[in-house]
Order: sequence, then C-alpha cells, then structure tokens
Amino acid sequence: MRRSPKDQVESERRIGRRAMLLGTVQAAAIATLAIRLRYLQVDQAAEFKLLADENSIKIRLLPPARGLILERGGHVIAGNEQNYRITITREDAGDTDMVLDRIARLVAFEPGKIDDVRAEIARRSPTLPITVADRLDWQEFSRVAVNAPALPGVTTEVGLSRFYPHGPDFAHVLGYVGPVSDYDLSKLSDPDPLLQIPRFQIGKLGVESKFEDTLRGKAGTKRIEVNSTGRVMRELGRVEGEPGADVQLTIDYRLQNYVQARLGEESAAAVVLDLEKGDVLAINSAPSFDPNLFVRGISGPEYRALTDHDHRPLADKTVQGAYPPGSTFKLVTAMAALEAGVISSDETVYCPGYTQLGDRKFHCWKRAGHGYMDMVESLQQSCDVYYYEVAQRTGIDKISEMARKFGIGVKFDLPMSAISEGLAPDRNWKQSTYDKPWLIGDTLNTGIGQGYVLASPLQLAVMSARIATGRAIVPRLVQAVGGKEVPSEPAPSLGLSDAFLNTVRRGMFEVSNTQRGTAYGSRIVDETMWMAGKTGTSQVRNITAAERARGVVSNDDLPWERRDHALFVSFAPYEAPRIAVSIVVEHGGGGSAAAAPIARDIVLQALYGGLPPLSAYPQSQRNRIEAQRNELKLLPPDDNSAGGQSRA
Amino acid sequence: MSYLEYNVKTVPSGIRKILYVNWPLAILLAAVASVGFLMLNSVSGGRPEIWAEPQMERFAFGMAAMLVIGFIPIWFWRSISALAYLGSLALLLAVEFFGSIGMGAQRWIELGPLRLQPSELMKIALVMLLAAYYDWLDIKRVSRPLWVLLPAALILVPTALVLKQPDLGTAILLMAGGGIVMFLAGVSLWYFGTVIALVVALVFGVFESRGTDWQLIEDYQFRRIDTFLDPSTDPLGAGYNITQAHIALGSGGWAGKGYMQGTQSRLNFLPEKHTDFIFTTLAEEFGFVGAMSLLVLYLLILGFCIASAAANRDRFSSLLIYGLSGTFFLFFMVNMGMVTGLMPVVGVPLPLVSYGGTAMIILLCAFGLIQSAHIHRPR
Repeated sequence: MRRSPKDQVESERRIGRRAMLLGTVQAAAIATLAIRLRYLQVDQAAEFKLLADENSIKIRLLPPARGLILERGGHVIAGNEQNYRITITREDAGDTDMVLDRIARLVAFEPGKIDDVRAEIARRSPTLPITVADRLDWQEFSRVAVNAPALPGVTTEVGLSRFYPHGPDFAHVLGYVGPVSDYDLSKLSDPDPLLQIPRFQIGKLGVESKFEDTLRGKAGTKRIEVNSTGRVMRELGRVEGEPGADVQLTIDYRLQNYVQARLGEESAAAVVLDLEKGDVLAINSAPSFDPNLFVRGISGPEYRALTDHDHRPLADKTVQGAYPPGSTFKLVTAMAALEAGVISSDETVYCPGYTQLGDRKFHCWKRAGHGYMDMVESLQQSCDVYYYEVAQRTGIDKISEMARKFGIGVKFDLPMSAISEGLAPDRNWKQSTYDKPWLIGDTLNTGIGQGYVLASPLQLAVMSARIATGRAIVPRLVQAVGGKEVPSEPAPSLGLSDAFLNTVRRGMFEVSNTQRGTAYGSRIVDETMWMAGKTGTSQVRNITAAERARGVVSNDDLPWERRDHALFVSFAPYEAPRIAVSIVVEHGGGGSAAAAPIARDIVLQALYGGLPPLSAYPQSQRNRIEAQRNELKLLPPDDNSAGGQSRA
Repeated sequence: MSYLEYNVKTVPSGIRKILYVNWPLAILLAAVASVGFLMLNSVSGGRPEIWAEPQMERFAFGMAAMLVIGFIPIWFWRSISALAYLGSLALLLAVEFFGSIGMGAQRWIELGPLRLQPSELMKIALVMLLAAYYDWLDIKRVSRPLWVLLPAALILVPTALVLKQPDLGTAILLMAGGGIVMFLAGVSLWYFGTVIALVVALVFGVFESRGTDWQLIEDYQFRRIDTFLDPSTDPLGAGYNITQAHIALGSGGWAGKGYMQGTQSRLNFLPEKHTDFIFTTLAEEFGFVGAMSLLVLYLLILGFCIASAAANRDRFSSLLIYGLSGTFFLFFMVNMGMVTGLMPVVGVPLPLVSYGGTAMIILLCAFGLIQSAHIHRPR
C-alpha cells in the first residue's frame, strides 16, 4: 500500500514518541533491577553470606578415645580395640543388591542380618553410609578392601570400640558400655553433644558408669562441607578432642582371675582387702558373664539365658547382695559384749544345747550342747548358746552399734552399681519399720547373725579387716585417675581395746588352726601364712519345731535354693595381718565345708602372689588340692600382653 | 512504503551485505553467550562436555542462522509474516494434541531430532505479523475499535493456547510482546489504560475473593502467591528455590566468591542451576560487579536495537525491531526479576545464557530478522 509522505512523517514521529515512552519504562525497570541487586548483594551481603555458610558447612563431632581402665599393676582391663567395619552408600552403589551379594561372599553374615541391612538401606537417605557389618576380623576386612573396585559405594572404616580383655573376671566391677539410650539422655539436663552421636557408647554399669565423665574425654570437631543432600564434599579443618583419662583400680588382675576361677559356677561372692590402705585386691561375683557381649549388642537368646539363670549371673553379689551373716556375726556380738563389760574373756557359759526363753527354745547347732565355753572356745566351736546369753546381757543397741563400727549397715562408696547398705537392726529401726517393739528373742537371733541383720560380702570383708587391724579401714577401689594417685590417709583407730580384739582374733585363729575349730579342715600349715577366720551358715528358711522333732534335714537332701548360705570371713597372716577375705556361697551348705576352703585358697594365692606351693596345705589334702587346682582355668603365667594395650 | 518502493540500488547486495551487518550487535550477542558458556562450565563443576559445549555448538549454529536470515531481504520476511503466524499457531495446536509433556506442562513437539517449542516461534511470528499489520494499516485507523480488536485477537488466541499448556511465563511474554508493537504503532493510550485498569481490578478481585464463597482461584494458587510475597513462609517447599537463590545472590557480595567457588550452586542448593536460575550462580561467583556487567551487556544489545529501529524509516522494520528487542528485554527482565524476588517464579530462561534446547537458536533467528531489517533499511 502506498503511503503519503505526510503519513510517513507522522508515522515516524509517532513511533519515535512511543519508543521514547517505552524506553523510559524499560530504563525504569532496569534501574529497579539494579537497585534490587545492590540491595541483595551489597547491603544484605553479610547476612546472606552467613546463610550460605550455614547451608554448606557442618560441624561433626569426633568421638574421643575412651580412657582405659587399668588394674593395680598397670595392666589394661578395659581397653579400646580397633573396630573394622564396612559401610555402603546407596547412591554410589547403584545396584545395592548386587553389591550386598558380593559382600556376602567375602564376609560371613549371620542369617537374617543381610535382610536387616537391606531394610535399613531402603529406609535411610541414599547419601548416608549404612553399616553393613562391623567387628570384622582383619582377614574379612582386607578381603573387602582388596575387592573395593568391584564393590561400588562400599567404604571400609576403622573405629574404636570397648574391649574387655579379661571378660568375665571384671564384669561386675567394670560393668560395661553400651549405646546411649533416650532414657540415659532424659536423665541429663545438659547432655554432652557427644551423646547425640548415634550409637555412641557410654558406661552403663559399674566403674564404666561411675567414672563416665572421666573416661569419656572431650569431643573434637571437624568442619566439613556438605552438599544439599548432606553428602560430605571435603573436610575444611579439624580440632582434635581430648582422650578420656585412664582410671587405675586397686584390683590385682591375677588374683581377680584366680578368685573368679576358684568360685567357678557356684553362686558365690568373694572380696579380698589389703589391710594397709583398704585396697580392694579382688572382688568377684560368680557366676559371671562376658561384658563384651553387651558392647557388641547382646542377642535376645543370650540375654534371656543370663536373666533366666537361677544363679543370677548379672547380679553383683559382692556389693548388691545382703545376706544374714550367720555365725560370722558372733565376732560382732563378742566384741560388743567385751566392750560393754558384760562378760570377761575367760568367763564361761554353760551350753546344754539350747536356751529357754519363756516358752520358746533357742537351739544350739550342736543338739548335745558344748558344755562350758569361754569366749575363745565359743568362737572356735561357734557355740550358739554362749551368744544367746552374751547377746541378752549386752543388749541389741550395743550390738548394732558395734556392727556399724565394723561396717555392717554402713554404705561404702565404691564406684560400683547398686551398693547395698546391709542392716544393723536396733530398737528404733524395728519400731519405725514394722511398728512393733523389739523383742528379746530378736536380740538372741541377732546375736548369732540371724533375724533382721544383713551384711554384704564387702561389709563382711571390712569387718574382718577392722578386727584384724583395730582400725576403721575403708575399702577403696580406685588407685589413680588420669595418672594421679588418689590420696589415702591411714585409717584411724576404732578405739577398741587391744586386749579384747586379741581375744576375738585368738578365737578366729583357733577356728581354723585347732582341731576343734569349725574350719580346721581349711588350715594352713605354713605358719607365716596362718589364717584366722570365722565360719558362718545362714539359714534361708525357718526350721519349725515339727521339723526339728523329725530331725533337721541335712543340707544335701534339700533342693539347691533351700539350702543354707555358706559364709567365711578371715584375715591372714595371723601374726602380722596383711589381707582380709570374705566368702559367701549362696546355698552352699555349711560355712566350714563350702566357704572356708575357698577362703584358704584365696588367702594363699594372695599372700604368695601366685599359686602357693602344696606344702602350705596339710599333708593329707595335697593330692586333692593339686587335682582341684589343675581343673582351674587360669591365665597363662607370663601373659602380660593379653591386655590389648592398643589405644590407637 | 512497500518493498516495491525501495531504492534497490541503495540496498547492499550479494556478499557485500556482510559489511552492513550490525556487527556491534553480533559481538554483544557473542559476549553474552560467552558469559553463558562460562557459567555453564562452572555449574557443571568444570566439565564443559555436559552443558557448555552443546551450548557452544548451538550458538554457532544460531549465529549462522542469524546471518543467513539477515542476508535475506526484509521484504521477504514481511511477506511471509502471516504464514509464519499461521504456521506457529498450527504447531501450537499440534502441541495441544500431540505434544510431549515436560516438567508438568505440554510444551514440546518432536520434529525428528529437533525438540521444538512452538510458543518460542509464536513470540517471533506474532511480532512479525503485528508489525506487518500496522505497516499495512492506514495510520488514521490505528485507534479505531475494529482495527484494535483484530490485533488484540491475534494476540489473545495464541496466548490462550499457551496458557492452557500451562505456561504462564510465555503467555505473559506473548501478551507483552504483542502489546509493545501495538503501543509503538500508536494505538490510543486509552486502550492500554483500560486493559491495565481491568487487570488491576481482576487482581484486586482475586485477593478480595480469598476465603469467600466466590473465590476466583484455587487455594494452592493463593499459596504460591504467598510464597512469592514472603518466601520464608515455606522455606522447604516452593519457597526453597527463591530462598536459596537469594542466599546465592546475597552471599556473592560485591565482588563474588570467585569463578567455580560458589558453594550454593556447586553443592546443589540451587534449583535449575543451569537453566532458569543460572543468573544466581553468576551473581554468586562474580558478585554485584558481575551481575551488573551482564545487565549492562543486555542494555547495550537493547540500545543497539533501539538505535537501529530509530534510524530505520521503514515502518515494518522499525516496528519489528522494537517489538523483537522489547520481547528480548522482557525475557531477561522477567528472569532476573524472578530470581531477585521482584516477580513470582514463572519459568523463563535467561536469554542467551541459560542452557536451553531450541530457545537460543530461535532467539538468534529473531536477531537475524533484526539484522535483515538493519541491512536492508531504506537509505
């Protein structure tokens, strides 16, 4: 179409005008954009930089190496071992099923385990490494490492985990570590950030738990750069943490090992105290269990086997168990009577076999009676009637005061779990607990260690330690923390008369060294090692008058759980005491038969610092002792490497 | 003035046309595209074979296409503009019925190895047809209602088709591109005023209707608007993209973190980092200085186009250049406005920089038309 020149000029002018308008609008838009960019990139830059860093830089905790637990001589009893594990990252693996099948050909899996891993892989983010197997042995680990090219997405890692080289020997003392639980976290108001690490292991029981803060150490940190899916791209820097401090116990690992082996499968407890500072040289509860099972994650059947066992391997009988001390308590009654001045050491009491109290008869264990007994003889032969009489004269309050003086009914603060306080009953206690007055019959029962009185094996060991020294010995389990000795002061005197103490000690000597003594069968013939002791047999059932009339059934004829507890307390050597030992064999029968021989073996082992020569035993018993000794599973003599000193 | 009236003698012919190409414009296009190659290399983590190299090949092809189109006389292009429009419309309809679905919308049509987005073609064809229309139309009739209604219909038909795909971004660009040509042609401002007033009223009505019985749009659409207005209300959902883009832009600061040092893009915090959000990587790695530099390059391209259009006495050529460069302006403004949070997120790529199939080639073809108008301008 033809256009007139006038139109042409008009058209150009109009377009030019409109173009100016459009250009202005465009310029305004661009200016707005520039201002916006300036605002975001210059004015707000600092804030956005921070956000970008928060996006991409994450801080990960580096778990510190847990402090070691050492025994008296510096031998490691709780160490850290390298834990070889393999992980798989789904994103990198591609075909995870194929990769897992290949791993299964290299590593032995428990049945079902591989399905668990598959389920976990499916559940978790594809960029997160999932543990396929841990605690591999070196061979399996290296097989996987060598085949790495054929295993995409598989990483081999080395971590640290707790290891107890002496397993069952120290299970009750050390306790064990396990993964931190929600319950553990709920108990803490300000939990250490370390505890948030999944599967981080903390002490659950015993020394591991009581010294948790010392052993744990301080977390290190590493700064890593992650992408939007959380995958680690590179490490930007790290601050090493502090490893946990070592804790050294007073226990002698060889003695501990011997005692555990000697107690064997009995349901029993033994405590060995050093009389110088009260060091616990051995403290064993039997039967025991392997704490390493708990570190690895105990299986259901394994755990049920432990909880269903009638000998209660999980219970620590040395400090948790509270038993009627039986005749071992006569030491307390005797000392209380002497101190109260109600009887002299050479005054005799006639034992007809029973004591009549109102219409109730209190029997002596020897139906025929002991005849005239002085104090030493009463201890030697463990005459009940003598103590019925003496206890009546002394009164319950003085007896229980003496019991507490010897440590019964007193809680000793060892770093172990669920420590029992025992019980030294008196009038006030019965009134407030049962709302009933104390009866004279209660005093008689208490006098021979039956009735309400309860003591733990630890308290019994403290009792004999205090009798042996006359000092208020307090047991201690920790020798050094972080390489620093724990200071110990010499125990103060109990303020008891030496003459009276000597009478009681003499009585204990005669128990195991004179023919009429109840533990004569467990005598030591090496006179530098003479053991002084006291047997105890505590009833776990009441003997009714009807039963007594039929004749008391022998322990051997009773089912195990109704038999008496066998007890023995002792110190040695008699002339210059160095150690105190207490033994409780649950349902073991009589103290002289079941407990005293164990105590003698332990005493000799402790005093010799190893297996004693057979010449320490009476001639007639040597063959039997030797046979018995060969049965024991002990540590090899010069094995000092078993501790796994590695700290890595 | 029709092509018959061109003084053919004054128009360069044959190989000499190469001297009359708007070379500064071509060089600016290459400069912007090079920024794109650089950034594509960066977001791929230094592996150019992923995005940068295919993009370079496409750019080379596009530049060749631009020259070929530029050498063809402008009157040829004017004469086929109606055909181009109808062809694009046919393809748009074809997409409607046979198109493949990508990213939740029907946009593509497969033509052998070529994945064609007809809406891209339509953007050019619409501007061509409108420019031809106003070239033909008597200048006195421009604002007559009937002669306004026709171009309005020409704009609205493809816009409606694109909106149905649904592709809001392209629909807005089509409307705006067509509107620019109408505006420049001198259509009375009253029409524009009325349309703007209607749009404002509609927006107002939509917001007012929220929560009432006569609610005009769906709840999820309201939530999208909320997210645009305040991305922090939905930091992990739809707001995530915007928030992360802001972090990338802001953390770049004045001078940026350095080439290939942008944590936001390298660590995959940025969405669509090689396409719609590539500007954020540039701004993160080269800072305010880098972002402004790209903006200035775009501005220069726009400036050369306007200068060429202003100097062109042919009405069709002038309107075509204004219209196409205006569409180009809308392209980068909407993209940058979107990533800086000035506009809602409406998938529009950054022209010449974003990695994109045929979009870059078609855009260079549009610049080919601008070159043709420049080379064959009446002298």
